[in-house]
Amino acid sequence: MAEAEEFRIPIGPQHPALKEPASFSVALKGEKILGVDVRLGYNHRGIEKACEERTYIQDVYLVERICGICSHTHSTCFIQGVEEIAGLQVPRRALYIRSLIGELERVHSHLLWLGVAGHEIGFDTLLMYSWRDRETVMDILTVLTGNRVNYGINTLGGVRRDITPEQAKDALVGIDKLEERTKYYIEVASQETTIINRLSGVGVLSKEDATRLGALGPTGRASGISQDVRKDDPYAAYGELDFKVMTDNHCDVYGRTIVRMLELMESYKIIRQVLKDMPAGPISVRAPRRMPAGEVLSRYEAPRGECVHYIKSNGTDKPERVKFRAPTLANVQAVKYMLKDRYLADMPIVIAAIDPCFSCTDRTVEVNDLDKGDTKVMDWQKLHDYSIDWYRQKGIDFGKMKK
Amino acid sequence: MTTEEKVQKELQAKFSFLVDKVEVQRARRLWAEVDYSNFRTVFEFSIDQLKFFLLCTITGLDDGDKLGLIYHLASADGTVLNIKTSVPMQNPVIQTVTDLFPAAEIYERELVDLLGAKVEGLKLAFRYPLTDDWPVDQYPLRKSWKMPASEKGTS
Repeated sequence: MAEAEEFRIPIGPQHPALKEPASFSVALKGEKILGVDVRLGYNHRGIEKACEERTYIQDVYLVERICGICSHTHSTCFIQGVEEIAGLQVPRRALYIRSLIGELERVHSHLLWLGVAGHEIGFDTLLMYSWRDRETVMDILTVLTGNRVNYGINTLGGVRRDITPEQAKDALVGIDKLEERTKYYIEVASQETTIINRLSGVGVLSKEDATRLGALGPTGRASGISQDVRKDDPYAAYGELDFKVMTDNHCDVYGRTIVRMLELMESYKIIRQVLKDMPAGPISVRAPRRMPAGEVLSRYEAPRGECVHYIKSNGTDKPERVKFRAPTLANVQAVKYMLKDRYLADMPIVIAAIDPCFSCTDRTVEVNDLDKGDTKVMDWQKLHDYSIDWYRQKGIDFGKMKK
Repeated sequence: MTTEEKVQKELQAKFSFLVDKVEVQRARRLWAEVDYSNFRTVFEFSIDQLKFFLLCTITGLDDGDKLGLIYHLASADGTVLNIKTSVPMQNPVIQTVTDLFPAAEIYERELVDLLGAKVEGLKLAFRYPLTDDWPVDQYPLRKSWKMPASEKGTS
């Protein structure tokens, strides 16, 4: 038996440990990853086609369900494009409320990510802590919108719910608490050797490679790319708000952790500004049912990076064509690059670091001799025997151990 | 002169066929329309000389007898240049841009699966986003494609 046989293992698409269906076909030599092929599309529901068959207002609720975490991202990205086609002047108060919900969504997404990242490196205490704290922001979202996810706050021409002074006051109490907790997480991330050692030098992506591969959001910013649609191409109320684009030069998973933690602090700053400076006035204007013919490209900075919606109207109450591109799709190539020549054990955290997540491997392994092109399937028992034999050749005989 | 006007002027100065084909829609949004035979030249000029370093996505459109394509390019200052082109629907052959943008691979696979584009130079790999057993010659984003009644649920 060859000392380091090249073989290919499938990871996904269905596995109890997978957070979402995706399939990774990983070519390995020993523990080292030679290359990764990614198969996506298991969640493709034909929403673009469905949007063509529904009215604009129906589509708002449909696109909000593209993603369970970034629901406000998609509804805002879509709606601001339609409003541009219609030439609507959305009231400033509505734009501030959109930015408020957008930042609360970013907070809940980043805290969720922190927990998943902790889990992927075996640091489940961090998962428990961050997900407990995440409940604070979920409660704020529930009070402000009526929902934990799929907030339903947007409508064509503005927002559906106003923010009362009492709600704003309660939200600020929650934000104070979250800021205190985030400072603690930043302290943990910068001092806890478990995190520093496990994440540093893992999933390395240089600034040049990040640019070449089109890495977006915290993935790109952790490689020193100062790119953020909120700043570069402002929408909602961001043009009037004071905040910084957080970047880092570690160019690895550790850097991505730092960027997300610092972005949380900026989000709290934005939320306080929005609640303090929110202009008075109406929260929506009347929108037409039929939209004039036109086309727009709408951009939004989702928690994972730039989200893009293209919308083409044809003078009716239904769009001619819509096209959505979520940030994960753009980051897939970067993941494939980051995994090459790394160890299999780093795969869960490297993939989780762009935000889709999965762990563990299937128990049936397809062994593919890359040189000969031979393929054979090994069940659990054969895989077990193979490992015993592999170690025996190394001088360690587990077969002699008592069963 | 605004940034988008500067981009417009540079494109018009470089390519005579773009004189009346570049439109500034609003701040940070431009649209240009080119024949597919000139597309690659304009695309490379926009990337190399005008510093549009990011391909946001590629949109495919069923424009009747043509397959419409929009390459959405962004620059670091937030300006987006949307380059529109088209190829005949009867023979929708385009060249890959993955040599310039590796991330375009998945956008081009969408064009293949959903609109029936034929992308030369796109390496063989998993399809996206349709299932492996999806019927041949069924392109769901073409206007002529309707969901089979047997597949329709309540809506």
